[in-house]
Amino acid sequence: MAQGVWTIAEQRDGEIRKVTYEIVSEGRRLADALGQDLTVVLLGSGIKDKAAELGQYGADRVLVADDARLEPYTTDAYVSVISELVKANDPAILLIGATVEGKDLSARLSGRLGVGMAQDCTAFSVEDGNLVATRPIYAGKAYAKVTFENSWPQMATARPKVMTINEPDTGKSAEVIDASFSLDDSALKTRVVDTSKDESGKVDLTEADKIVSGGRGMKGPENYKILEDLADVIGASVGASRSAVDAGWRPHTDQVGQTGKVVSPNLYIACGISGAIQHLAGMSTSKVIVAINKDEDAPIFQKADYGVVADLFDVVPVLTEEVKKYL
Amino acid sequence: MNIICCLKQVPDTEAQIKVASDAKSIVTDDIKWVMNPYDEYGVEEGLRLKEKFGGEVTVVGLGPKRVTESIRTALAMGADKGMLIMDDALEGSDSLAVAKALAAAIKGLEYDLVFSGQRGVDDDMGVVGANLAEFLGIPHFSVIDKVEVSEDGKSVKVNRPIEGQTLVIESNLPALVTAQKGLNEPRYASLPGIMKAKKKPLEEKTLSDLGLDAAEFGEGARKVKIIELTPPPAREAGKIVEGETPQEKAAELAKLLHEEAKII
Repeated sequence: MAQGVWTIAEQRDGEIRKVTYEIVSEGRRLADALGQDLTVVLLGSGIKDKAAELGQYGADRVLVADDARLEPYTTDAYVSVISELVKANDPAILLIGATVEGKDLSARLSGRLGVGMAQDCTAFSVEDGNLVATRPIYAGKAYAKVTFENSWPQMATARPKVMTINEPDTGKSAEVIDASFSLDDSALKTRVVDTSKDESGKVDLTEADKIVSGGRGMKGPENYKILEDLADVIGASVGASRSAVDAGWRPHTDQVGQTGKVVSPNLYIACGISGAIQHLAGMSTSKVIVAINKDEDAPIFQKADYGVVADLFDVVPVLTEEVKKYL
Repeated sequence: MNIICCLKQVPDTEAQIKVASDAKSIVTDDIKWVMNPYDEYGVEEGLRLKEKFGGEVTVVGLGPKRVTESIRTALAMGADKGMLIMDDALEGSDSLAVAKALAAAIKGLEYDLVFSGQRGVDDDMGVVGANLAEFLGIPHFSVIDKVEVSEDGKSVKVNRPIEGQTLVIESNLPALVTAQKGLNEPRYASLPGIMKAKKKPLEEKTLSDLGLDAAEFGEGARKVKIIELTPPPAREAGKIVEGETPQEKAAELAKLLHEEAKII
């Protein structure tokens, strides 16, 4: 019978990514609820020295798959290795971070294993020994509570920034095991030929702690400077509404909403955004929402914790100066 | 170059979503159904490649009869042929089953590239494209905003934005690409296009036409079972920041974010 909780670590350039600590922590809670062990699978090249510290967040053991062909991530290589390890070990739960990479991996892996999968979940629990997952659908206009039927492992991805990271216990260390796997070159059909890094140093919206976002009320691309200034001061990333992106003011990668990114930062400051339902769907899980809009009837105010009814061009520059007093 | 574009119909993104009384589905009475926005980018990209390389674009949809409308839209944009996989037994199928049915339909066609949207904006799973590629035994690239097919039509190079980076990845064809916003600007169907679309072939296939066993599809075969749907958790009404002038309001907001929300 399937036994144990597994999580797949995500690393980039040999550094463990934050989402890994989130899912290892959540995996620990699920393992405790089941009274079972937590195994983390870490794939990459020359990454073994990063394995033991995952024990501080609750991993009992870390299976390390070390191979030059596992760096950088490719769907083919990861799916091949993980599906082989899963079939050999039969875990009950398989948890992955719902990052761009994690969603890609989980999608293909579910097909390879022929199992059901719950994507981008915001809560997990164990009921009668089974995994129950809660996931937003329609970009958060509704929530679905789901479970699995005759589908092992019970597979799910967790939305970044939602799962609480355990306080690291520096006295703990995970058992590190070299995974045995076969990886056939003929399975590797895609090649990463180039990587261009975003040099702005800004955190991606899906991982940002704070977001300053601008909509149609910004009136033009040149005016985003005031949002960037505020964002620089408070350490935020800059987002945009669909109308701002469709107008060509901002790149599509900045779009927040149902056809853009679904975000859940600790602070979301919406400037000149009226709050169309497709936008609200993408940001209403933010912890604190601020709306700055001169139209007091704008729907965004119904979602905002703090509403400022005023012209954003009067408010934002002053706000940038005022917050400096507290930093 | 022969291209397949997969298509799903979803509620318009402006639609309010209400949970039905069974707590397992949504109220569909007032829903306006549209082609999934991400699938539209896939159709457009397929048309552009056809214009460059020649060949045919076939649109494959799955769902009830109303999906015909979206397939006709794609035909009016310029696609050549349509296929609708329609069977009562498909109702309630999960992503794995949908991918299985699409794979069975596409296996019988000639293709170099398959497009799907990076996710449906209804269930937000983003799984069907990758599973379809798995069942077809071809590589896939997910969430792609640039596609370049080599001059000889034998390989493809794509841009895949991930957090803080863009990867350039390539493979030989055939392959499957899931389309992301930014890939292109989909065209509108022209009036002559709409007229022509009415005469373009649109086949309907049932599961048995595809040689599939109905027992493997639908609600009963789901591997992920819905326990219940609920409306999103309500947010408590917030406060309007006081102040005589915008400057005072800004100062008060900064103070509230620091002292009350403790976030600055």
